[in-house]
Amino acid sequence: MNPETEFPLQQVLDENGKLVGDRSQVTDDELKDFYRWLVLLRTLDQRAWNLQRQGRIGTYAPFSGQEAAQIGAAAALNKGDWLCPSYRDWGALIYAGVPLYYPFLNAMGNPVSGKIPDDVNALPVQVVIAAQILHSVGLAWSSKLQNQNRVAIPFFGDGATSQGDFHEALNLAAVVKAPVVFVCQNNQWAISVPISRQMNTKTIAQRALAYDIEGVRVDGNDIIAMYQTLKQMVAHARSGAGPVLVEAVTYRLGAHTTADDPTRYRESEEAERLARREPISRLKTYLQEAGLLSEEDIQRVDEEAKADVEDAVKKAEQYPKMAPESFFDNVYETMTDPLKKQRGQFQASLAQGGVTHG
Amino acid sequence: MANMTMIQAITQAMGLAMERDERVLVLGEDVGKNGGVFRATDGLWERFGAERVVDTPLAESSIVGSSVGLAIGGMRPIAEIQFLGFIYETMDQIGSQASRIRFRSLGRYHVPLVIRAPFGGGVRTPEIHSDSLEAFFAHTPGIKVVIPSTPYQAKGLLLSAIKDPDPVIYLEPMRLYRSFREEVPDDWYELPIGKARIVREGTDVTLVAWGPMVPVAQAAAESALQDGISVEVIDVCTVNPFDSATIVQSVQKTGRAVVVHEAVRSGGFGAEVAATIQEGAFLSLEAPVLRVTGYDTPFPVPSVEDYWLPDASRVLAALRQTVGY
Repeated sequence: MNPETEFPLQQVLDENGKLVGDRSQVTDDELKDFYRWLVLLRTLDQRAWNLQRQGRIGTYAPFSGQEAAQIGAAAALNKGDWLCPSYRDWGALIYAGVPLYYPFLNAMGNPVSGKIPDDVNALPVQVVIAAQILHSVGLAWSSKLQNQNRVAIPFFGDGATSQGDFHEALNLAAVVKAPVVFVCQNNQWAISVPISRQMNTKTIAQRALAYDIEGVRVDGNDIIAMYQTLKQMVAHARSGAGPVLVEAVTYRLGAHTTADDPTRYRESEEAERLARREPISRLKTYLQEAGLLSEEDIQRVDEEAKADVEDAVKKAEQYPKMAPESFFDNVYETMTDPLKKQRGQFQASLAQGGVTHG
Repeated sequence: MANMTMIQAITQAMGLAMERDERVLVLGEDVGKNGGVFRATDGLWERFGAERVVDTPLAESSIVGSSVGLAIGGMRPIAEIQFLGFIYETMDQIGSQASRIRFRSLGRYHVPLVIRAPFGGGVRTPEIHSDSLEAFFAHTPGIKVVIPSTPYQAKGLLLSAIKDPDPVIYLEPMRLYRSFREEVPDDWYELPIGKARIVREGTDVTLVAWGPMVPVAQAAAESALQDGISVEVIDVCTVNPFDSATIVQSVQKTGRAVVVHEAVRSGGFGAEVAATIQEGAFLSLEAPVLRVTGYDTPFPVPSVEDYWLPDASRVLAALRQTVGY
């Protein structure tokens, strides 16, 4: 088997913005809206990086370059479907309805960023690699048992495929036919370790064969291919035909986090070459050449994105700070006696000025 | 009311919960047609079907990790880990996931999950099958740890655990599964999680135990009577949350305390009990708090495990030592 021919890269829009496939499942208006989303999320991500450099937020994991993979997948879901993100998937969360200021709050250490709004079915961002993949299987399974007709999408990276939880999740989902669409964003790097050191296989999609489930490899920087393929795969899972593994081939344009320097381990030649494949410029070129996006539109989208992001920064910086004793809350539904006692001691020491931090 | 063993009481509790609430499902290795390796789920597969009594693939992390998702999604999973010694395979899904979902989501989500696991020695198992690991979970905020010691306790505590909105690790002392019977009501009843139980009143020494060590403590207390030592035996019942008040009050009365557990000594929950006693009853203490525990070695092979396990004679020696201090 040649995995690269068995799992060919699904592409509709090439890196130069040329249409190389069928885009009949996406309207012009949807494309223009995707463009607006891509610009908004890129603006947000780069602003977060700058805020960290200015010392206004803490450690942040940028997702620049991966916006199309996240939006394309999130857009394929229905209201009520489940989204199980990792810490790099704020793009998907925001598209699904989480406020724009949440990633800033998260990087400021405000726990409100974990309180997903009631009308969005998404889990808080997961820090442990691959843990959320199993949660998505349970969520999809619970939907099946309760006839809710919901699909779950876990997001994870290429590094996560080395974890046992990834394998256990795909195996269990295949056995119980849970409606899960596993979305792996293969961004080529797990911090400093390239995909060639992460796995011996040529593709991630081919692993679907081992579980006898559907597998597909998509150009994750091509929003049209992502959206159209994911629509199909979500329908497949929702029909009861079992789970799907999607490999979205993308590239992490920036560092792993603000605490990392990729020039230590990545060749600049690679970074420059793969940066040219990023998702926004190709869609912009296509829309311009198709007469769907004018210079004024471009300027307006940029300005609106900047204004929305500045508004989000303001909201995050003005957000009420966490009261120290609130870390005793939400450990259990009803606070246990030992915790009540500890909170009482803590409050007493606060009142006496015995705690001077913060 | 029926005279039954602990394993029968556990099976009956799960059956009642599944009858009462269709969100309750049981999942684990061999829990279906086989009824579990100890027969804890005996008959449930026939009664409730394969969708609610689920034989999972042989992977502990997937059992607990998918249960977290099931619970967030509105189900009430009861996951069985075949032996507690295998729980290391899923420590992340317990310690970093099930226990923290409520905290991480500021209460948007919670995980009403029961993880049942047989544990403890005395039944000649192969390696890893006998380990007592309760201290790991007593050290994990966000979960509760329940350890029954009688059939009546087992049923009432399990029903409370299933109703609990937070994750509960429910540890079943293997050697007590069929060691004795007692009268157990047929209907639903709940026993409080976080409340210790005075098994036997006494005036000279407080003897604290849980799970498989409760009968050992009772036997030692009985023998101590011959020496004229009156022992108050307390069954902790839940090590997280820990009912320190009942123990402190008892020690304020007796002035002496011995803690018994099967788990290895260092970092064991007995240390927490001893520390709590000296914080709460220091001026009442007539002698240092003593511990009778397993040794700081891996659980040994079956041919020598009886030497390793705390027994009534070791507990009696400690009782005599504290009285003679």
